[in-house]
Amino acid sequence: MLGIPTQALFGQLLIGLINGAFYALLSLGLSVIFGLLNIINFAHGAQYMMGAFVAYFLLQWAGLGYWWALLLAPLVVGLVGILLERAMLRWLYQLDHLYGLLLTFGLALVIEGVFRNEFGSSGLPYGIPPQLTGSYNLGFMFLPVYRAWVVVFSLVVCLATWYVVERTKLGAYLRAATENPALVQAFGINVPRMITLTYGFGVGLAALAGVLAAPIYQVNPLMGANMIIVVFAVVVIGGMGSIMGSIVTGFALGVVEGFTKVFYPEASNTVIFVIMALVLLVRPAGLFGRTA
Amino acid sequence: MSGPLRLAFAAMVVLLVAAPFVVYPVFLMKALCFALFACAFNLLIGYVGLLSFGHAAFLGGAGYGSAHAAKVWGFPPEAAILFGTLVATLLGAVIGALTIRSRGIYFANVTLAFAQMIFFFAVQAKFTGGEDGIQAVPRGTLLGVLDLRQPYVMYFTVLVIFLAGFLIVYRAIHSPFGQVLKAIRENEPRAVSLGYRAEHYKLIAFVLSATLSGLAGATKALVFQLASLTDVHWTMSGEVVLMTLLGGLGTVFGPVVGAFIMIGLENYLAQLGAWVTIVQGAIFVVCVLTFRRGVVGELGRALRTPL
Repeated sequence: MLGIPTQALFGQLLIGLINGAFYALLSLGLSVIFGLLNIINFAHGAQYMMGAFVAYFLLQWAGLGYWWALLLAPLVVGLVGILLERAMLRWLYQLDHLYGLLLTFGLALVIEGVFRNEFGSSGLPYGIPPQLTGSYNLGFMFLPVYRAWVVVFSLVVCLATWYVVERTKLGAYLRAATENPALVQAFGINVPRMITLTYGFGVGLAALAGVLAAPIYQVNPLMGANMIIVVFAVVVIGGMGSIMGSIVTGFALGVVEGFTKVFYPEASNTVIFVIMALVLLVRPAGLFGRTA
Repeated sequence: MSGPLRLAFAAMVVLLVAAPFVVYPVFLMKALCFALFACAFNLLIGYVGLLSFGHAAFLGGAGYGSAHAAKVWGFPPEAAILFGTLVATLLGAVIGALTIRSRGIYFANVTLAFAQMIFFFAVQAKFTGGEDGIQAVPRGTLLGVLDLRQPYVMYFTVLVIFLAGFLIVYRAIHSPFGQVLKAIRENEPRAVSLGYRAEHYKLIAFVLSATLSGLAGATKALVFQLASLTDVHWTMSGEVVLMTLLGGLGTVFGPVVGAFIMIGLENYLAQLGAWVTIVQGAIFVVCVLTFRRGVVGELGRALRTPL
């Protein structure tokens, strides 16, 4: 196709899908948090990195492998998130939303600084679990099993989150509290607890993405800092607060980025930002967002 | 200026004129460049209520502009600084026009993303020298008379530029234009209903802020004879937020005080490596949780006069 070897084309498409899976998981978490707390969680990248590190610690110290990490890391990091929300974030809800952004930015600096101090900025290796090694031969290319797993698994997690938020009673409470917390509280629902748990859940999603990423990108204190800015652009393009918007935009932009690497590699780092500029011109609230 | 402000301004000028004979001038020049940067930033957050998370683009962009003009095109320093500043004005006009319609958190997000675009451009473009940056930028002779290679000559040039920028910001916020900005900050729909075109005012403030940030960046590039990726990286955008927050958002002198504290701290902590970011982050957290008025804001409250 267009003089590009199919091998390279599909290879980049796959890398794009993988990146898209991470974009989707991270922007989904940001969206959920933004919807209810009205803050942009700048520490999201740091929490993603913590997820990967918890997986690494579990393996090094407790001998617990990938599958345990997939379960435990989101819980541990989510719990840390809950503590942060209880200790710090909740004091800021009455103030300008910008303070939430600034606080989480400060937290991100502290967390990343501490990990960089302890582990340097070169990555630590984390192996692919034995059940997911090897690759499928699709005829036109080899598809590593682990990468296929990442794409499928994150898609499932994203869709499950979408289902819970948009189609269940719990999700209905959540959406109602997004619209009018005072009224929902008047109906006897514990909104502060819901806020806390939502933050914990969003953070847990970031950590889950971190565990998934560990075997692919290595465990690196800076892995989140590099990722989070792109995810912010993804969120702006999709429209903040839209669940399906985050998922679709995340995967789509990953693929677009992958294709750019094939056809015009110089622009692969900037293509998402260029798209963002164009989207802002046409639809300032994002592709799936509503104007406030 | 009113009484206490005039007094404070006079004290600041006297201190800054005397300082290079006591303190290392390069440190002071760095602090002054950042003080101007923070003042320009404060114009937006303090008086329009817009949190830009992408001001590094203007500082760094102007730095590349002036360094390139001075080194490759052989511009004299005044023309190089002017050119660098102009680059920032243009960037500010384009980015501002695209972003000014978004509000609050969206605005922070969008400016951040645009600044990152500039960063990646700077990484890849040929003339910026990628990871190396533009090194050994000649300082040259200002207006054909003043040899900027002399530390004191350079220092007083920087001081004049800083004071000029400071007074421009002061003039802007204490003018009818500034009153409209504050009205927009307090209640935008009301300001619009009174017939003010809020978006125009915000855009003008944004471009002015970008221009002055550019002036700071262009000057900084000549002082250090270097334009590098550090100045366009997003951590720089965070740093200027921190300086302004620490000094006091929406105060006249806050950004200056904040910049001096932060640069002093960085100097002091430089041996400790990654600890600098940890300390910065911790200051952020403490400021947001307990110290939202900042040093100058609290001082002004204690003295019952806005500083």
